[in-house]
Parts: sequence; structure tokens; C-alpha cells
Amino acid sequence: MDPVFCILALVTAASAIAAVSLRRLVHCALCLVVTFVGLAALYLQLNAQFVGFAQILVYVGAVAILIVFAILLTRGSDSPPQSIFSSSWVVGVGVAVLAFGALAFSVWTSSVIYRPAPPAPQPTVRELGEQLMTQYVLPLEVIGLLLTAALIGAVIIAMREGPARHKSESIAHRPLPIPHPK
Amino acid sequence: MTPLHHYLILSALLFCIGLAGALTRRNAIIVLIGVELMLNAANLNFIAFWRYGPHPEAATGILFVLFSIGIAAAEAAVGLALIIAIYRHYKTTNLDQIDSMKG
Repeated sequence: MDPVFCILALVTAASAIAAVSLRRLVHCALCLVVTFVGLAALYLQLNAQFVGFAQILVYVGAVAILIVFAILLTRGSDSPPQSIFSSSWVVGVGVAVLAFGALAFSVWTSSVIYRPAPPAPQPTVRELGEQLMTQYVLPLEVIGLLLTAALIGAVIIAMREGPARHKSESIAHRPLPIPHPK
Repeated sequence: MTPLHHYLILSALLFCIGLAGALTRRNAIIVLIGVELMLNAANLNFIAFWRYGPHPEAATGILFVLFSIGIAAAEAAVGLALIIAIYRHYKTTNLDQIDSMKG
């Protein structure tokens, strides 16, 4: 068994467990970053260099920072006084263990474990870009539209509600009322 | 070379860790972290099957993962905006206390 894979898998799984079980939210976010970096290293092991670096750019660079922002804005950095697990945590852990058992059983009993690895492909960024611009141009445009809509929607949802939120935003957020001439 | 099923087992483990986190934690942000872990496990499966598939020279798996990462980014942005809006309304992110749908 490959020692590099063993180390990467151990680091990734351990930091993932820490990310969902630690008490302080900031520590959870930092462990999540370690998980993302471990996954990026696994992608590099699998000859998917571009996806590995995209993973670092998007997840470590953007999603982790977004999570840290959300922790700060919701004052989640204080340690909670009561238990961090919900009242029905036994059911949740049971469902997760059952799901893992089912997945592991189906992987072990399938014929996929006897499949030999084909020779390593080397997809260049140039090929990926050409495919994105020719064969996959419609999904690319749809993803762009989806991201634009999601970002506008996120800004509108997170926008502070003014005192008169039924009026238009320009009226609700005007800093000083214009004095009426007499 | 690591065989394929090691990657599949690791991916299943990550998925179930994310599932356990999303089901058992009280804080909404940790629930979102669990969802992100589950999406990443799916991405690892895509890449592993692409690498060990019969046609790794076609970059279909890589492009699918790129689109999946884009969708996950949109999900994270909207989810965190929803958490911030809920926090402003209820002054808490404890999911056990957010139990009414009326504003």
C-alpha cells in the first residue's frame, strides 16, 4: 500500500473528524482547511493537477474565508455554554455509521476492486480550456449564470433590513432626510 | 499505485463524517461544513473513477468536478447568507432554538 496515500488519507480523515467535532468554531474552520488541502493533495496523486489547484483556490481561498466571515458575523467564536451536539445525536451517528457500512460493503463486494489502473493520463490545461470553450461551452455559461444569480441572491439575503424595509432601498438607507423647504 | 477501492473507502468515510456532522451538531455553520465535506467526498469519487475508468484520456471527469466545485461555491455563499440572515432575526445559530417558521 502506498505510504503517501496512507498519510494523506489519515490527515484528511482526522481533520474532517476534528472539523465536525471540535468545540470552538474557529478551530473547526481551520481543521476544514486542512481537510481541503489534503483532498487537493489526493487530486494531485490522481494526476488531476488542475482540479487540485482549483480546489485550493476555491475551497481554501474562498469557501473557508466565507465560513470564517460567517463565524465572526454570528459571534460564533465564543465557546457555547451548553452541549454542542443536538438532542438527537445518537440517531444521527447511527444513520452515519449505517451509511458508511452500506457504502463500504458495496465497495468491497463489487468487481471494481480488481480493476487495474490504466496508464496515467496527462491532461494539459490547454486541452481542458479547449474542451471548455468548444464541447462544454453551454454548461460553462450556465454555471456562470448560476454563480451570478447566487451571488446577487446572497447579497440580497444578507443585506441589513432597514427600518422601512417595504420601501425601496434608496429611501430606507438614506443617511439624512432632505429638509423640506418652507 | 493505490488501488481504486482505497479511494472509494476514503470517500465514503468523508461522506459519513460530513453526514454525522450535519445531523448531530447544534450550530448551523457546522452543519454547512458537514455539507461541504459531503460534496468534497463526491468530488473525490469523480476524480478516482475518472483516473481508473476505461477512458482517462477524455477529460470528462475533470470537467465534471470543475462544474461541481462551482455549484458548491454557489451553495456555500447562499447558505452562509441564509445563516447570517437567520442570526440577525433570532440572535442565535443554535438549530435547536430555531423552531418556528413565523417571522
